[in-house]
Amino acid sequence: MIDKRVESVAEAVADIPDGATVMIGGFGEAGSPIELIHALIDQGATGLTVVNNNTGSGEVGLAALIKAERVAKMICSFPRTANSTVFPELYRAGKTALELVPQGTLAERIRAGGAGIPAFYTPTSVGTPLQGDKEVRSFGGRDYVMEHGLVADYALIKCERADRYGNLVYNKTARNFSPVMATAATTTIVQTKQIVEPGELEPETVVTPSLYVHRIVTVPQPLVESELVAAGATYP
Amino acid sequence: MTANTTLGWTREQMAQRAALDIPNGAYVNLGIGIPELVAKYVPEGREVIYHTENGLLGMGPAPEPGLGDPELINAGKKQVTAVQGAAFFHHADSFVMIRGGHIDLCVLGAMQVAQNGDLANWSTGAPDAIPAVGGAMDLVAGVKTIHVITQHTTKTGAPKLVESCTYPLTGPGVVDRIYTDLAVINVGPEGFHVEELAPGVTFDYVEERTGGNLVPGDKLAQSGGIPAGTD
Repeated sequence: MIDKRVESVAEAVADIPDGATVMIGGFGEAGSPIELIHALIDQGATGLTVVNNNTGSGEVGLAALIKAERVAKMICSFPRTANSTVFPELYRAGKTALELVPQGTLAERIRAGGAGIPAFYTPTSVGTPLQGDKEVRSFGGRDYVMEHGLVADYALIKCERADRYGNLVYNKTARNFSPVMATAATTTIVQTKQIVEPGELEPETVVTPSLYVHRIVTVPQPLVESELVAAGATYP
Repeated sequence: MTANTTLGWTREQMAQRAALDIPNGAYVNLGIGIPELVAKYVPEGREVIYHTENGLLGMGPAPEPGLGDPELINAGKKQVTAVQGAAFFHHADSFVMIRGGHIDLCVLGAMQVAQNGDLANWSTGAPDAIPAVGGAMDLVAGVKTIHVITQHTTKTGAPKLVESCTYPLTGPGVVDRIYTDLAVINVGPEGFHVEELAPGVTFDYVEERTGGNLVPGDKLAQSGGIPAGTD
């Protein structure tokens, strides 16, 4: 029998080592696997490279992981969101590195990584500082920069419903980066609000098919990041 | 010289003027700031579908107080609604829509626009600034038509329409049309082509506040006020 369920968020993240590359789903608070992130803080792994669109807000979730100085490098598109003060401080102090990637290029780098494609060409960032010293090639008279696929050791994602195989369905715009991150990580760890029996998820509507998923933990009532930030909460 | 004048359009009127040019049936991405205001002014009788790059086609207005879902947000991370007929998708698909040329129009804010259509809207390039780009570079590289809404000058009165951008570029030669508080301006072969002047605003007044080459457009007209019947 295939059963990817684990008992706790602590067990789910227990083997993440120092120096791992970890993709974390979410766009702002939507889709952020806050309980898995808090478990990673408790677990103690450090020197991490984290891939996320943002850098968290307040001092909970991703921002708390950064605040605890566990993140050596952030790969993201927008590290400057409202209530995002933790990352700028550490970045200015030279304690956290930043690789800034245009949002669509970030999504496609993750998609390519998961699809076994080492690099691709995109028109995004041509003629801008983010073109940097990347290879440029012309196709059909237009310039494109070469970008590399991105893979990770782990992905931490949140979904709405899962079965024990790891078929996943998301909630509204909380889907964002999670389906592509699930494909690009060696080990994909999912927190789901609800676990259902195999067959209860309509095959036509499954968003992430089970083979991309390795561990599932049920968190029926996840914390809401914006409520914690509004209350001035910190973690731990 | 100061931008603090009663002459010209308000932010709401700028958004209203930009909305007049959105055709029926368009798929549109609206940037953060004044562009967000455009949606509520699309003229009666036109159906427009709004895309937000975090994974929603068919974005509706903000929810009624207390009825929002923190997992239903726009690219500015504000709570929104999904209209009847909306679709959710993941980020790579969302940027297939953008980069693949499937979105008809994007309305963005700007820090500077150059007379050749170069856009700078993501960074001042200051050494201590935390750089943040989001989806802006993907949008200008992929969307068919780029419209900009911006005040004509900065808070200190410096031109935002310039000969060449001094801030880092978002994309080269990407801007098609600019809506400011003073005028509607196309980017054309001779630079900034003024197509419409806000009520009471003269060409000379706009030229004094513009850093690049400004010429009268082919059909330069004085706005009769908003809404002007352009369609």
